[in-house]
Amino acid sequence: MNIHEFQAKQLFAQFGIPVPKGKEIKNARAAEKWAEALETPVYVVKAQIHAGGRGKAGGVKITKNKEEVPGLAQELLGKTLVTHQTGPKGRKVRRLLIEEGAGIAKELYLSLLIDRDTGCPTFIASTEGGMEIEEVAEKTPEKVIKETIDPAVGFQAYNGRNLAFALGLPTLEKAVVNSFIHMLGNLYRLFMEKDASMVEINPLVITTDKTLIALDGKVSFDDNALFKHPDIQAFRDLHEEEPLEVEAGKHNLNYVKLDGDIGCMVNGAGLAMATMDLIKLAGAEPANFLDVGGGATKETVAAGFRILLKDKKVKGIFINIFGGIVRCERIANGVIEASKEVGIKLPVVVRLQGTNAEEGRKLLQESGLKVEVATDLWEAAQKIVAMRGKKKKSS
Amino acid sequence: MSILVNKSTRVVVQGITGKEGSFHATQCKAYGTQIVAGVTPGKAGQEVEGIPVFNTVREAVKKTEATTSLIFVPPQFAADAILEAADAGIWLVICITEGIPVNEMVRVKRALASTQTRFIGPNCPGIITADECKIGIMPGFIHKKGKVGVISRSGTLTYEAVNQLTNLGLGETTCVGIGGDPIIGTGYIDLLQMFEQDDETEAVVMIGEIGGDAEEKAAAFIKKEMSKPVIGFIAGITAPPGRRMGHAGAIITGGKGTATEKMAALEAAGVRVVKNPAEIGETVKLALG
Repeated sequence: MNIHEFQAKQLFAQFGIPVPKGKEIKNARAAEKWAEALETPVYVVKAQIHAGGRGKAGGVKITKNKEEVPGLAQELLGKTLVTHQTGPKGRKVRRLLIEEGAGIAKELYLSLLIDRDTGCPTFIASTEGGMEIEEVAEKTPEKVIKETIDPAVGFQAYNGRNLAFALGLPTLEKAVVNSFIHMLGNLYRLFMEKDASMVEINPLVITTDKTLIALDGKVSFDDNALFKHPDIQAFRDLHEEEPLEVEAGKHNLNYVKLDGDIGCMVNGAGLAMATMDLIKLAGAEPANFLDVGGGATKETVAAGFRILLKDKKVKGIFINIFGGIVRCERIANGVIEASKEVGIKLPVVVRLQGTNAEEGRKLLQESGLKVEVATDLWEAAQKIVAMRGKKKKSS
Repeated sequence: MSILVNKSTRVVVQGITGKEGSFHATQCKAYGTQIVAGVTPGKAGQEVEGIPVFNTVREAVKKTEATTSLIFVPPQFAADAILEAADAGIWLVICITEGIPVNEMVRVKRALASTQTRFIGPNCPGIITADECKIGIMPGFIHKKGKVGVISRSGTLTYEAVNQLTNLGLGETTCVGIGGDPIIGTGYIDLLQMFEQDDETEAVVMIGEIGGDAEEKAAAFIKKEMSKPVIGFIAGITAPPGRRMGHAGAIITGGKGTATEKMAALEAAGVRVVKNPAEIGETVKLALG
């Protein structure tokens, strides 16, 4: 789960990581009131969306004039920001963070995540703050510094010293070395205590008055650990999620919306991805990833159908089930009942294989439904792609 | 021969009295696996399909000499169950459970590093040595004793591949699901090495997916150490970056972990990379001549 910058900064403050004084703002009047209370030489008005690249897209405004703050807020609220991370549709701005500006002497990069190779929490730091770390890693890999933390003992001061010296911090600004090391410890504590999957501060700023401050903040959390953290769950912003994905989640379905026109319903994540790939190989684009899970029931299939049909781009549906624990005749029954209930006018190809596949196929063939039943995977994929084509021509 | 498990492997099922645990323990036993014990705290003395239940793994090991554990306990208790098995001296721990918090797996992995225990999973279908023993949730009937070893990050996609191998008369030696999580116990390389040394295995199928760089690391190993043909499939060429595709570990982050990169690395290492998942079996057949 992702959260907003203002929420990340609230967490940082909770864990003793210095952040600019700021507040979440939802309308121009509140902006006016807050600007009055904040009283700072520089005001920063930042659009809050779950995507990077806000600055370049015009989502960050800076002014020295307090009177301008409400106008800037008005300008950003309701605006749709298109960044390299939002896709062409962009994201509507519904909230702002208005905070004090900082005098920047030097920008650093700092993040903490689990390194999949070592299975250990790992800090990544760089003197090239403000840039995307992937870009730094590509152009100047020697400027990306890593420090692995032993999860058995947790963060130690020597980890902090290793990072501080590798960054050349004592030369850059000796006064911030100790607070930097202290901050790393706090960041590690936040990461482990709140089950974060990634914390990124970019830039981490050394100010002109020789202090450290997190000027931006991005935190994401391990969905599997959210049950432990009601405070983090409360940060969830449904506006930032695809409505169909939210609905799928309510039915415990794993759904990711894509841009193609063949709706896919599959059991198992790996097979679901492979099915999408197969659709592409057959000459079309998948409309979605949908895993109905190992224990798919009539109800989950029906819910899956409804979600696929709500995507108006979908011109054909491909159901690919490999029955293991889930028996094919149960899926077939689910398809039959759900089709009757929902009323499906699109072409549907159902490919059943595995446990009781034959019974499942027979049920579908005798149901009177206009579904194509298949056994062979490649044949089935080609069939749905061809059927979608035909329908398009005749209509 | 086979790798890791065979018909004499003695298995304890942790979480045996739960819905999943009892169903699969029964299925595994019916396949011919020696399920010698079950564990559910507080339920010692009960039986599940004739399998005695114990309160602790330590007790189960003492009474039944189980060497392998199959874990079905819910995600919030799974880390504890894995560590309990290792502490009881279990040699091979296989965890089916999906949804264990990553930070808990980080601690478990670190703790297991100082034990003799080999860990498989979590979030995996388990291990099967065809016609000998099934320690997991895969449908047994699609497997047939043969000559291909299978390693996979996925469940149903593995069944798909196995079904093709069986239908073509190639059959399998051992199939190992290594799991779809970002932090897993045993990875490709250890298993590739075991298959390379196994007399019966003539070729290896590895099924990967987007996320991480385990496939790239495996490619480097294959290039240096494998003499047997390796056939690879990578799921997720159409997966968008930054989105988690069902499995917790299946995510392209910072432009890294794409299917294209993985396929290129494997191809460069001499692996026959299959683009069409319906052609995995055929490709193995061709490779074996």
